[in-house]
Parts: sequence; C-alpha cells; structure tokens
Amino acid sequence: MALSQNEVLAGLAEIVNDETGIATEAVQLEKSFTDDLDIDSISMMTIVVNAEDKFGVKIPDEEVKNLITVADAVNFITNAQ
Amino acid sequence: MSQPTLNQYETVKYSRIYSLGATRGDLTVTNDDIAGPIDSSDEWIRQRTGIITRKRASKDLSLMDMAVSASNEAIAKAGIQASEIGAVIFSTITHPHQTPSAAALLADKIGANPAPAFDISAACAGYCYGIAQADALVRSGVAKYVLVIGGEKLSDFIDPTDRTISFLLGDGAGAAIVGPSDTPGISPTVWGSDGSHWDAVGMSASLLELRDGTANWPTLRQEGLTVFKWAVWEMVKVARQALEVAGIKVEDLAALVTHQANIRIIDELAKQLEVPEHVVIARDIVYTGNTSAASIPLAMHALLESGEVKSGGLALEIGFGAGLAFGAQVVVLP
Repeated sequence: MALSQNEVLAGLAEIVNDETGIATEAVQLEKSFTDDLDIDSISMMTIVVNAEDKFGVKIPDEEVKNLITVADAVNFITNAQ
Repeated sequence: MSQPTLNQYETVKYSRIYSLGATRGDLTVTNDDIAGPIDSSDEWIRQRTGIITRKRASKDLSLMDMAVSASNEAIAKAGIQASEIGAVIFSTITHPHQTPSAAALLADKIGANPAPAFDISAACAGYCYGIAQADALVRSGVAKYVLVIGGEKLSDFIDPTDRTISFLLGDGAGAAIVGPSDTPGISPTVWGSDGSHWDAVGMSASLLELRDGTANWPTLRQEGLTVFKWAVWEMVKVARQALEVAGIKVEDLAALVTHQANIRIIDELAKQLEVPEHVVIARDIVYTGNTSAASIPLAMHALLESGEVKSGGLALEIGFGAGLAFGAQVVVLP
C-alpha cells in the first residue's frame, strides 16, 4: 500500500538523520536541502539511494538536481510509489 | 611418419605478490594552492574529498621516471633480477604517446629487455586488471615473474578551473612483482566494464578534435554524482562477489584497499560492505590525492611501510573508474 505524504516525510527524515545527524524534526517540507539543511551533493546522492531502497522507487540521477526542498523529494517519492 | 607432440606451457598452481614499490610526485600541493581557480576553499575540498594535500610531479619528473623508481624498488624487495621478469604490464592513462607503449620503454630502462611489454587502458581499475593478467601469466607458466605497474602523471591532463575531478588528482607510480607460490596468494578476479556509461569519466576531447582545432588540450572530467553512485552501490556488489569467490568473509580481511577516488566513496563503500573495525581501511588519498591506476599499490605500500598491516594478511583491492571499468581481488599482502 502506498505511503501517505506524512509517512514518506517521516521515513525521509530518518534517512537524512542517519546520513547527516540532522534531527528528524528539523527535516520539514519547506526546508531546502542545500540552503537550510546544509546537505552537500554527495550526501544528497547517498540519501537518494537510501530513499530508493526504503520506498521502493527509482529516482533518476538527472532528477536529483530538481529536488531542491524536502517537499520536492516527498512529492516525487509519493507520486512514484 | 607420426606427427610430433607439441610442447605446451607447464602450469603453476598458485601465484602471489612478492613485493611492492612506490614513488609519488615530488611536490606537495595544498588545497589553498588550487582553490582559487575553482572558487573553492581548503575546508570545502577537505569536506567533499578528504584530501588535505596531493602529490604532484614537477616538470622535470616524468611518468617514466616515477615508474622506473617504483619498479626498481619492487624488483629489489622481491629478491629477483630484472632479467628474470617475463612480462611487463603498465597500466596508465597518461603516457603521452599513443604508441609505442610505456611498458616497452620501462622494460628497457629497468633491465628487463627483451621481456614482452604492453600497456593497459583501464584507468583506475588498471592495477587490478594488471594483477589479474599477471596471475594468469604466472599460473599458466607463460612467465615466471611479472612486473605490474600502475603509474600516472595526471597533472599533465588537468584543467585548474575544472570543479569535477582535476582538484582531486595527484601523480605517482606503484609497482608489484607477481610470481609463483606454494600457497594461494591471489584470488580469482571479479572484473568487468560498463560502456553504457562511457562518457561518465574521461577526457574532455579527442586528439582528432584537438588536431582540427575544435577543442583545447584534452583534460579529465567526470559526472561526479553518477560516478559516486556507481562507485559505492555497484562496487559494493563487486566487492562482496570478490570476497565470495575468494572463499572468505569480510571479517577475515586485514585491509580494504580501494581505489583512492574520494574519501567519501571509500567511507561509504566500507560502510555498505559492513567492514568490521579491525580491518584497516586505506586512506592514502588524504596526502597523496587520487592517482588513478597508481592509487591501490601506493596505498597498500603505505599501509605496509607504516606497519598498520603486516605481510601475510589478506587485503581486498578494488579498482573502479573510466570505462566504466572495475576489478577486484583478494591478495595476500607481500
């Protein structure tokens, strides 16, 4: 069964926490991965791969640059399920 | 009249690495030295790559100079004569001649003439490709001793304004002597290529484009994130397969010696492979930089010289890079 947006957000926050140590509650929809959360491109790719694994979706390399905010990632994953 | 029976090579059961030799560039280049043209900083480069300094060769120190020095060290440590070398395999992407090979000149310079000599173009996987071929040549009886060398003067092929790979790169040469053994010393190699990503790492232009004036001097480029993803999550599968065909488990290793591409790749690969704490992870990149085909023998040599690992332990070596090409094997440390 497809996960809700809130469930995807919670799962994504755990992945971000595991990779960067950023508190899960700081991973909010309006936050920018780069500007607000200070996540660099290499960590972002690690998060993407772990998200693909966790949510069973495929996020193409060329799509990663379009995932500016947490909401972008959550929406992409929610729609791709 | 009966037909005579042909002689064929008599095979040898096992092979091993006898010794290593290492030569790095003579210049120490800091992050501050190169940060300006890429609008970067020491902190940014350390965080993204783990590199604090990289070794580069001055104008008067050639790729061949470094290769000769590393080879002579390996030959001396192996306790053999250069004249006993039955093949010279030189892995490089920075020999500045399309032909003749770097290997033939090296063989002559070290006293191994007239050994068969040839170059390999497998970039950062080249050393593992070379060990695979040396193992096969020794065990098939074709050559008693084989010199494998990974050597690069990458600084001849960098663009100071390139933010994708140039700032990672260093110069050096690492050599190994492979010969017959009473016990297994080199596992089966897991190797291959994926030309569907031929453009992911490589030169910015061809020599023909340079000739025709449609391109400047070709330099190295990469699609960093694509390569990072492949180098970790595809290579961990190759690493696991290499352990499996070697018949060992990751906890049996004394060392993990990956291609020194980027500390983030090395650390993530080790994490995904679930490498236990007692296994020493080679991080020669911190002070040497990424030296492509030379990086694995340089890193292994450094671990042995520092005493962090001991002769006789098992090391998983895995190379990966342009092609995309990859190779991995478990070896007994010389």
